[in-house]
Amino acid sequence: MADLLKDPMVLREIIMDHYEYPRHHALTNGHGYLRAHMASESCIDDIQVEAKIEDGIVRDVNFEGVACTISTASTSIMTELVRDKTVEEAREIMKNYFAMINGDPYDEDLLEEAVAFAGVSKQANRIKCATIGWHGLEKLLAESEKKDD
Amino acid sequence: MLQGITMNGKPLVYLDNGATTFKPQPVIDAVNYFYNNINSNIHRGDYEIAFKADQAYDHCRKTVAEFINCDEREVVFTYGATSALNTVAYGYARKNLKEGDVILLTRAEHASNALPWFRVAEETGAKIEYIELTPTGKMTLWNLRKAIHEGVRIVAIAAVTNVLGVKTPVREICRMAHKVGAVVMVDGAQSVPHTRTDVKDMDCDFLAFSGHKMCGPGGTGILYGKYELLEKMDPMLLGGGANARFDSKQNVILKEAPIMFEAGTPNIEGVLGLDAAIQYLMKLGMDNIESHEQELRDYLFAELAKLDNVTVYNPDGDSAIAAINVKGVFSQDAACYLASQGVAVRSGNHCAKMLVDVIGTNDTIRCSMYFYNDKADVDALIRALRTCTLENCVGVFF
Repeated sequence: MADLLKDPMVLREIIMDHYEYPRHHALTNGHGYLRAHMASESCIDDIQVEAKIEDGIVRDVNFEGVACTISTASTSIMTELVRDKTVEEAREIMKNYFAMINGDPYDEDLLEEAVAFAGVSKQANRIKCATIGWHGLEKLLAESEKKDD
Repeated sequence: MLQGITMNGKPLVYLDNGATTFKPQPVIDAVNYFYNNINSNIHRGDYEIAFKADQAYDHCRKTVAEFINCDEREVVFTYGATSALNTVAYGYARKNLKEGDVILLTRAEHASNALPWFRVAEETGAKIEYIELTPTGKMTLWNLRKAIHEGVRIVAIAAVTNVLGVKTPVREICRMAHKVGAVVMVDGAQSVPHTRTDVKDMDCDFLAFSGHKMCGPGGTGILYGKYELLEKMDPMLLGGGANARFDSKQNVILKEAPIMFEAGTPNIEGVLGLDAAIQYLMKLGMDNIESHEQELRDYLFAELAKLDNVTVYNPDGDSAIAAINVKGVFSQDAACYLASQGVAVRSGNHCAKMLVDVIGTNDTIRCSMYFYNDKADVDALIRALRTCTLENCVGVFF
């Protein structure tokens, strides 16, 4: 797996697959879900993210919206990565993901398929695309912790 | 102008002229001349370089007046088309409109010619109405006639729309609007750089345009207004340079138009550059520019029509502006791939966010050309579009 994730062809396929068949790509609008509408970061991408966070664990994450390949695929991969993780684990994954996008050192084992977006750090105009869904989840995690206080 | 500039290791093919344009050397020289030789504030200094700066600044008003055929007192320097449009919305419409009055727009308007009017409507109780457009964004005289009625007080419209490059029948609009006593605000941001503009012939009441979209420096723009209307307007900004006197009892006497609208130190070097840009365009000849762009337009649309993988939203567009999408590829992904091939275009909704109601898509790739583009640029675009697949778009990141 680790070797496969170094092959650009495989990484490209991962992005295309998550763009054409995004995972968890329907909001439940269910009870106990927090929601974030990420429409003001750019005037093209318009993404909604919802998450159910219980007892410090991310039970469910879904998203919906109109967006480019990078925002759709990066959010889709995120929904898989953080599911069933504790809030602290999810934060650690996020921290490493943002580090990767900013071109800083990161732990690739934590990011799994999300390493496909490492190249985005070289395309400054797409950094917003690669982080829009992740910033949505970041808001929800903060909101859930506020509720717990 | 674009000689020697490369992007991603390829010669730059710049097709984002609807956003901004490159600057010819005389424009850059004019800005440098100000900084190197006559750096000073205008209308204040009792010394030689300040006097020279005054003269150079005021000269641009004459140049603009000649360029659009008006009196130089009718030329207001602004920071761009947006500030010119806001000046009229704030200074004229907000003051003169009342509840139930109608402001007439189209759904193809740029944010800068929509949002100021939305606010006027909110503050005065006026209503916004729209002239219906065809699915390719054209305005028929029939739809225009249907939209204009006695309640219309303002018609605010782009002479050339910024996504579809459609020419609107401005002269007809002015004639019909004036019959019901309405005032016409023309957004010339996409028309003035590309075609001969004659405000007397058009008979518009106000015209706004930007300097940077016509080879001039950023932060420059023009508001033209019929003098009797300018006289009735409030300035949006108050401050130094625009008042004649004021005292501690709050008695204020403003200067006369156009100076009353130019509070604060203006973009002097920009205005000098704009003067050079307009002279450069006039020397090329606006008719020559227009006919060159028409030739490019015909070639561009003929070549685009040969591509199976491209949807063209404005095949009957009037300008060298194409609004397209690559089938199955999000506009921003396609634009990034084109950039990797050296071709600069714009993706998204181009600030015309109501246009989705007309063309049925939220975002497009806009390829917009200027006089310095040529057929080889179209060829480069077409070559890049041919290989613009989802795989190649994602491949840009590896």
